[in-house]
Amino acid sequence: MTAVDDRPTTSPEIGSARRRKEDQRLITGRTKWTDNIQLPGMLHLAMVRSPFAHAKIASIDTAEASAAPNVVRVFTGHDIADIQGVNITAWPISPDQKTPDHLPVPLERVSHTGEIVAVVVARSAAAARDAAELVDVDYEELPAILDLKEAANDAVLAHPDLGTNKSAFWQLDSAAQGSGGDVGEAIEKARQDGIVIEREYRQQRLIPAFMEPRSTVVDPTGEQVVMYSATQVPHILRFCIAATTGLPESKIRVIAPDVGGGFGGKLQSTPEEFATLAVARKLGKPCKYTETRSESMISAHHGRDQWQKLTLTAEKDGTVTGLKVDLMADLGAYAAIVGGGVPVLGAWMFNAIYKFPAYQFNCTTYYTNKTWVDAYRGAGRPEATFAIERLMDELAAEVGVDPLEIREKNWIKHDEFPFTSVAGMTYDSGNYEAATARAKELFGYDELRAEQKQRRESGDPVQLGIGVSTFTEMCGLAPSRVLGSLDYGAGGWESASIRMLATGTVEVITGASAHGQGHETAWSQIVADRLGVPFENVEVLHGDTQIAPKGMDTYGSRSLVVGGEALVRAADKVIEKAKKFAAHSLEASVDDIEFSAGQFTVRGTDKGVGISDLALAAFAAHDYPEDVEPSLDADATFDPVNFSFPHGTHLCAMEVDTETGATKMRKYVCVDDIGNIINPLIVEGQVHGGLVQGIAQALWEGAEYDEQGTLVSGSFVDYTLPTAADTISFVTDHTTSPATSNSLGTKGVGEAGTIASTPAVVNAIVDAVRDRGIDDIEMPCTPERVWKAIQSAGGRQGAGVTPTQQPHFDEGTPNQDPSAGTTDGAVQ
Amino acid sequence: MIPATFDYAAPTSVEEALSVLAEAGDDAKVLAGGQSLLPILRMRLNAPEKVVDLGRVEALRGVRDGGDHIAIGSMTPYSEVVGNALVQEHAGLLAKAVETVADPQIRHRGTVGGALVHADPAGDVGAPVLALDATMVVVGPGGERTVGAGEFFHDLFETAVADGELLTEIRIPKHTGWGSAYEKFVRVSHQWSIVAVAATVKAEGGTITEARVGLTNMGSTPLRATAVEQALVGKGTADLADACAAAAEGTNPPSDLNGDADYRRHLATVLTRRAVQHALGG
Ligand SMILES: Cc1cc2nc3c(=O)[nH]c(=O)nc-3n(C[C@H](O)[C@H](O)[C@H](O)COP(=O)(O)OP(=O)(O)OC[C@H]3O[C@@H](n4cnc5c(N)ncnc54)[C@H](O)[C@@H]3O)c2cc1C
Repeated sequence: MTAVDDRPTTSPEIGSARRRKEDQRLITGRTKWTDNIQLPGMLHLAMVRSPFAHAKIASIDTAEASAAPNVVRVFTGHDIADIQGVNITAWPISPDQKTPDHLPVPLERVSHTGEIVAVVVARSAAAARDAAELVDVDYEELPAILDLKEAANDAVLAHPDLGTNKSAFWQLDSAAQGSGGDVGEAIEKARQDGIVIEREYRQQRLIPAFMEPRSTVVDPTGEQVVMYSATQVPHILRFCIAATTGLPESKIRVIAPDVGGGFGGKLQSTPEEFATLAVARKLGKPCKYTETRSESMISAHHGRDQWQKLTLTAEKDGTVTGLKVDLMADLGAYAAIVGGGVPVLGAWMFNAIYKFPAYQFNCTTYYTNKTWVDAYRGAGRPEATFAIERLMDELAAEVGVDPLEIREKNWIKHDEFPFTSVAGMTYDSGNYEAATARAKELFGYDELRAEQKQRRESGDPVQLGIGVSTFTEMCGLAPSRVLGSLDYGAGGWESASIRMLATGTVEVITGASAHGQGHETAWSQIVADRLGVPFENVEVLHGDTQIAPKGMDTYGSRSLVVGGEALVRAADKVIEKAKKFAAHSLEASVDDIEFSAGQFTVRGTDKGVGISDLALAAFAAHDYPEDVEPSLDADATFDPVNFSFPHGTHLCAMEVDTETGATKMRKYVCVDDIGNIINPLIVEGQVHGGLVQGIAQALWEGAEYDEQGTLVSGSFVDYTLPTAADTISFVTDHTTSPATSNSLGTKGVGEAGTIASTPAVVNAIVDAVRDRGIDDIEMPCTPERVWKAIQSAGGRQGAGVTPTQQPHFDEGTPNQDPSAGTTDGAVQ
Repeated sequence: MIPATFDYAAPTSVEEALSVLAEAGDDAKVLAGGQSLLPILRMRLNAPEKVVDLGRVEALRGVRDGGDHIAIGSMTPYSEVVGNALVQEHAGLLAKAVETVADPQIRHRGTVGGALVHADPAGDVGAPVLALDATMVVVGPGGERTVGAGEFFHDLFETAVADGELLTEIRIPKHTGWGSAYEKFVRVSHQWSIVAVAATVKAEGGTITEARVGLTNMGSTPLRATAVEQALVGKGTADLADACAAAAEGTNPPSDLNGDADYRRHLATVLTRRAVQHALGG
């Protein structure tokens, strides 16, 4: 009696490398990206943006622009002041945090280049763009503070009315919270008879550079205001709109159609969204705004931007005794939605996988007149991982042992799990020994070390370095009670619903709003296995607050470990409900009903009924048990009790051309432990993409401002984003220590590659030239920086080298005229 | 971004193109592959009233054998130049340089003529054309004239081609049997040259008898390293370094995020040595 066949085979979906069901529409673009949306009578917006980093808006003359062809109206901040709302921060990291008002369109003063000062509305995007050039803004330039370290002096203020550039201070002290000893004592002791390593590292500013520029369409013509937006966080956005614009939450519907990437860059409530909303409401007409890439670079939030002062102490034999972290974090002009919380997320991760007996983390956040800074893939953990993994290499060099040896000496052993860290986190599972052993084997560690030695001894102009990163991270944001204790403005639960349709297909609703990750495929695999229905019969719905009313969206590698568990729980509720229907139809006791692979059977008999038959029975409702509702549908909300702690060992070999400073990746191996894997192909994609983003921080990317506060790297000509042509084939593998914090045993993988790879690459470059006395190269490690480091260290002689000893960057071609000796100093 | 509004003309012959240009005066811009012009229009760095598209002027496209030289139509796209047998045989240096421009999509659209008139000193076409002693054919209201590569590049984005004129052909003396190499130094593959060196050499028994060396992005125009060329005569793979040490002499390279002028000067010497060595088959 079923309309759709039950699942034909029983081979498990979980673990199968299915191709992503959403890819056809995403790759061909035959889908609804926000910018594709056309509504009747829709108007188009262009933003007038400040060319100054800091200026008073003396006056704005909109007359000429307003009179331009096809222009409907030009709005300044004053014109929408009553309804424009504010862009809020959800995480004031201290009770006395200083937070400047962040108006979407400021009225008095602009605080960074690219801030919106007026909005032009026209009948076409071209007309709006033409007229935007006619808006005449009279700015009175103010002194701008651009440098993070100078910001700390308060000589020039980003926001004069705050009286200081300092936003907040946040500390975690292991002695004070009772999770470890006193770091001051550890340092004092190490100064007497141990090792003290002090370093200062720079985390440069990065631009998330998602593929689809941000776009927003607002339709105010119905009872509800509908906002379509290229956002990662439709639910959070709806909350922010309701909280600040006066629109009741129930009158707002936010839709994130297919979204082309975010990497944290679309985890925001943006001025552009709020300005579009305000203007559409004022005019009562649908309005669209789509940013250009240049606008995206200067106005969408940036990532990272820290100075890290680090003190690591150890016994003479390399046993770590303490770690003290002093961070300066640049928030840019405003406290963004996670804001100061991003660097604070690093607090639990600097200690990483090592058994530090004493630890202290200090973080001070500052404002500058630059683009605001917020979450970017990894958010706080890449910064922490970079610092500790660089430091462990420094410690190894100091002790004179292999970097893997120093790590092994200090890491948590596999039989010590669950392990509560000095920062107070309980790592549920892991096996660092296993991942490292496998990585070494795949890498050919000993062979590469031998080659390194040989190149060093022969004075090869191309030196080889090996970099290690034995990372862990905390993800799966987040237990709501923990967030509450940190004054974060929301919870970290996730929601799922399952609707069993009459014809046998299944609708799955998730609050985790995918923007390219492949949720539709992975969620279908989970439900197919759990309910015993065909993969193809599962439809995953998300990204619309009317269809998926509850959710906390996608970021922090949370979707699977939190949202996936909600899904499992909803499925289990469906099964429990269906058991009663099965018992009724099979005339058996509920206690005798067993469920497996989509079939309900009576224990000890061959009597059974399929789950889709029961769905139809519940739909028809002609004959069902008296004590239940005629529905198999179920909802679940899962609030995790712990984070998820993926870990892994990443090994990287880099060649450094000492003549030019050019670096080239020779080999990259990573063995990640992300617990059980739902879809290996999706995992592979996440790992590869993540690695490239982390490698890009090490080698290529950096947002640079000039002295006027103009973003110099404001296009992809100067912001050197890598492409596939710049990367090598990565070797990836996994060890499996299932997570205990969710029943699927999964750990997050969305950010792991990015978190792990940056220090592996920099460690490798430093390792290649460490024998010259070099112990750091600032990121991105451009050829110029590498070459200058070599120059200032006084390069060694490369004389007496024979041609065969000179493998070049390009295989098979010699690197240097053998008889020419070194070219060091050839410039002067 | 969206360019400002402009009129569009698509002539089918050089004569027609010239008359459309003459009519439009200063406010016209020639469109070749659009790979430099379109970004300029879209970022509103320029707003011509008329765009004259040469895409339908068939006569400007293709490579022909001119006897002692090969003649490349200005509208020949990079991708055609790279794969062309005449170019490979008689001007191998140009094929090697053009192969490094941007990515396949851009090489499919961008033209040799457009690149030369655009005259970005970081572009990869100028240095080889200069090193190969090419002659440019320019036509205008006053008729046709030829300009040697040495006189063609005036300054940053400025050439001998005046408003209302067209570059129609690039004539390259045959360098048959010469070895060549283009050493392009970039941080990511799709980048313009930080520095690049174009070298082509004639050698007998491993000894250089003639050498031509062009430099990319070492000043406001492509440059020729004549001192190096002279010093290379009589040298072989074993003793190139001294001859190449002067590669950066007299240059005035830019300083930017990719490197300062000193670093570029250093790169020029290393890359010159490597380019010559590769040109010699090393
Ligand atoms: C992403 C990207 C990366 C790039 N990377 C590189 C690189 O690595 N190396 C490199 O060398 N270049 C690079 N380029 C530039 C590319 O080479 C351009 O194609 C080239 O500079 C211009 O050629 P075009 O045919 O596209 O000319 P257009 O852009 O159409 O025209 C360029 C200029 O020349 C004028 N013009 C064109 N043809 C004629 C003619 N026959 N007579 C008179 N005037 C004419 C036009 O009016 C215009 O001012 C890159 C471009 C892009 C978009």
